[in-house]
Amino acid sequence: MTPPFSIEGLNVSYAGRPALTDVTWVASPGLTAILGPNGAGKSTLFKAALGLIPCDSGQARFFGESLDQARSRVAYLPQRASVDWDFPASALDVVAMARLPRMRWWGSVPRAEREAARAALDSVGLSDFADRQIGRLSGGQQQRVFLARALAQEADLFLMDEPLAAVDAVTEQTILAVLHALAEEGKTVLMVHHDLSLITAHFDHVLILAGHVVAAGPVAEAFTDAAISAAFGGLPGRA
Amino acid sequence: MRPFRPPSADFQGAHERMGMIGHNTLIVLLGCAALGAASGVVGAFALLRGRALLADAIGHAALPGVVAASLIVAAFGGPARSLGPLLLGAALSAWLGLLALRALTASGRIRQDAAIGVVLSGFYALGTVGLSIAQAMPNAAQAGLSHFILGQAATLTEGDAMLAGGLALACIGVVAVLFQPLRALCFDEAFARSQGLPVRWLDLALLALLLAVCVAGLPAVGLLLVVALLIVPAAAARLVTQGLPAMLALAGALGAAAGAAGALISTRFENIPTGAAVVLAGLVGFGAAVAWSRR
Amino acid sequence: MTDFLRLDLPALLAAILAGGTCGLLGSFLVLRRQSLLGDALSHAILPGIVVGFALTGLRSAGPMLLGALGAALLATLAIGWVKRLARLETGAATGLVFTGFFAAGLVLLEISGARSADLDVDCVLFGQLETLVWLEATGLSSLFDPAALAGLPRQLGLLAAVAVVAGLVVALCWRPLQLLAFDPDFAASLGMRVGRWEVGLNLLIAGAAVAAFESVGSILVVAMLVCPAVALRLMTDRYRIQVLGGAALGAALGALGVLLAGPLPAALGLAVSLNAAGLIGTLSGLAVALCLVFRTRRFGAARPALAETPLA
Repeated sequence: MTPPFSIEGLNVSYAGRPALTDVTWVASPGLTAILGPNGAGKSTLFKAALGLIPCDSGQARFFGESLDQARSRVAYLPQRASVDWDFPASALDVVAMARLPRMRWWGSVPRAEREAARAALDSVGLSDFADRQIGRLSGGQQQRVFLARALAQEADLFLMDEPLAAVDAVTEQTILAVLHALAEEGKTVLMVHHDLSLITAHFDHVLILAGHVVAAGPVAEAFTDAAISAAFGGLPGRA
Repeated sequence: MRPFRPPSADFQGAHERMGMIGHNTLIVLLGCAALGAASGVVGAFALLRGRALLADAIGHAALPGVVAASLIVAAFGGPARSLGPLLLGAALSAWLGLLALRALTASGRIRQDAAIGVVLSGFYALGTVGLSIAQAMPNAAQAGLSHFILGQAATLTEGDAMLAGGLALACIGVVAVLFQPLRALCFDEAFARSQGLPVRWLDLALLALLLAVCVAGLPAVGLLLVVALLIVPAAAARLVTQGLPAMLALAGALGAAAGAAGALISTRFENIPTGAAVVLAGLVGFGAAVAWSRR
Repeated sequence: MTDFLRLDLPALLAAILAGGTCGLLGSFLVLRRQSLLGDALSHAILPGIVVGFALTGLRSAGPMLLGALGAALLATLAIGWVKRLARLETGAATGLVFTGFFAAGLVLLEISGARSADLDVDCVLFGQLETLVWLEATGLSSLFDPAALAGLPRQLGLLAAVAVVAGLVVALCWRPLQLLAFDPDFAASLGMRVGRWEVGLNLLIAGAAVAAFESVGSILVVAMLVCPAVALRLMTDRYRIQVLGGAALGAALGALGVLLAGPLPAALGLAVSLNAAGLIGTLSGLAVALCLVFRTRRFGAARPALAETPLA
């Protein structure tokens, strides 16, 4: 079976300094956590694979194809801080943006697309907040809006950058439930996670980065003290 | 009803009435050099602190103050061309602009660059309205006011040059006194705070310096382009020096050179506004710095 | 009525078109947190305008427009180079480039001998709305007379063309522009060629700046680009109102400025007309101030931000 996502020989540098060196990895369906200390290149991995930043060398394949060919099957959920939350848009507006490839560029949003957006908001528990301007949502709610947007793309592969960072307990539970539902449908979720908690309980695979690949594989095999020490330099504690 | 007549119709007229440029050219050049040096030095701190663009707002916001001061002085029968009151008016109006800037960004809705755009264009517009009113005044109050927009070194008197130059040197003096705390502020604000430095006051002092330097530069470089004199020498210096003292020295030197060169060019070629000449001279230095850094 | 048609109507139309177009496009600058680019483009186009004008010596808009667009592209490239080569932040690099371009434009203006009735420093600094006249008008019927209409000032033609193009682009690309403004990374991940869209939008803004420049001058174009959009930002959370409201407010401010420039000083007993472009800019600033006061009354001094937005 073609892997949902694979990279080969990825090298990325920022202003002459290497961010990622020779990263080669094949993802498996289900939930994969991408871990590593600050500056390990976790976000960089996604951005380079998606062509948002240039890479020195390397190739990313999505279901065996290039990004342009497989684009409709890939959804990207960037970090929350990258957006201006004062923007004049409601939660529903933001989620509906994901449906742009299916809509005309002008006129009112077709009913079918609006319903799809509402359904996505429903699945993250925000149906009551559809018409609220996004700046008036809490951090956790904003994160769920982002997730709903990704869901509304009806993709098969999800690249999520720290969706659980600084969210409340309800949001965390909601997001994890949604991720499990996706995994059950056979989708693939690659999630950059900011700390070491929740891994054994919720994830199937890990990729541990520290500028290069430190360890990769099923959680039971790859998520070891040795790997964590190698990446984080002996930081304590894992859950 | 008289239609609005653009001020620079008087440009040549006022210039000819001066007639003294010959023997005070040296003073004017020195004054412009002092201005350039002060702009370079203060601009270095402004650049490091990420506040260089405030000079754009300050410059534009000064116009209504200059016009108002001229009208008030003329109304009291004083000499319309006296530089002191005009600079004072400029400073007050620019300070009001900064307050407006702060009010806008405090709304939480408007970012600083949008606020700067509103303040600089709004105040400048008010200034041009003022200019059209000043035109209607019986005496020649508005003669020479338009020089503050693009700068005209050739019309500076000795006294003007000394006033502006003196103000500039005073700014350099203040920088010398506050050097250590300013350096700490620019390089590591958190550390400076932890050392007990009054960060808010230092920032205000820097802002005041910025205001003073911009205002001092108005007669020579003009309000539209004074921001360039704050950015260009500092940027060039930062590129080729290590360490703050060297950066300040080079920024001051480049600024002085640009100021003097621009003034010289503009006295030779009278229809080229000094501000433009100074900016272009500064950019030559900047280009040299870029080339040097890549050799 | 004939006097109004001959002396006031052209300036009024120019102000409405310029204000409306800039007000429309300005929202995209403010929403994308790129107001500085509006300032920069308005200044950077000057050398292009002068070159276009001087090279061809024509009174037509084409060469000026092309020159301005070329200058805009060059300036955008230059900002990128300066950021990289001189390791400068965006704000400082932008300031350096646009003042340099503007200074070069001023020098070119003087040495090219373009200091003619059509293009001089005063036009750049203060605009020349007052010089727009329609002497061929003889009465209301002239509005329907093609021969008379041909005598309308050239500036109106360019303004109208840019207004139509801007309006069409915004209407037809409504959703992509909204996405581009909100989350360019997400837009790119959907397959949108963000770089090209941004260039296109910047060129459109530069075009509006050129068209408006001849009426209100370089600095006041900034007022029209930024003020209506900022005023709307302070008042609304709805995208449609922000964008369309910005256009409407810009047009209204333009009209108001022209209409008051004559009568207002007369009412105050002054025997002079106010600079119309300046009055438009002043009113625009006042509009922002009013909206700020209104908003502060409604929401208190500083609304607590629920999410951190990084500063420029």
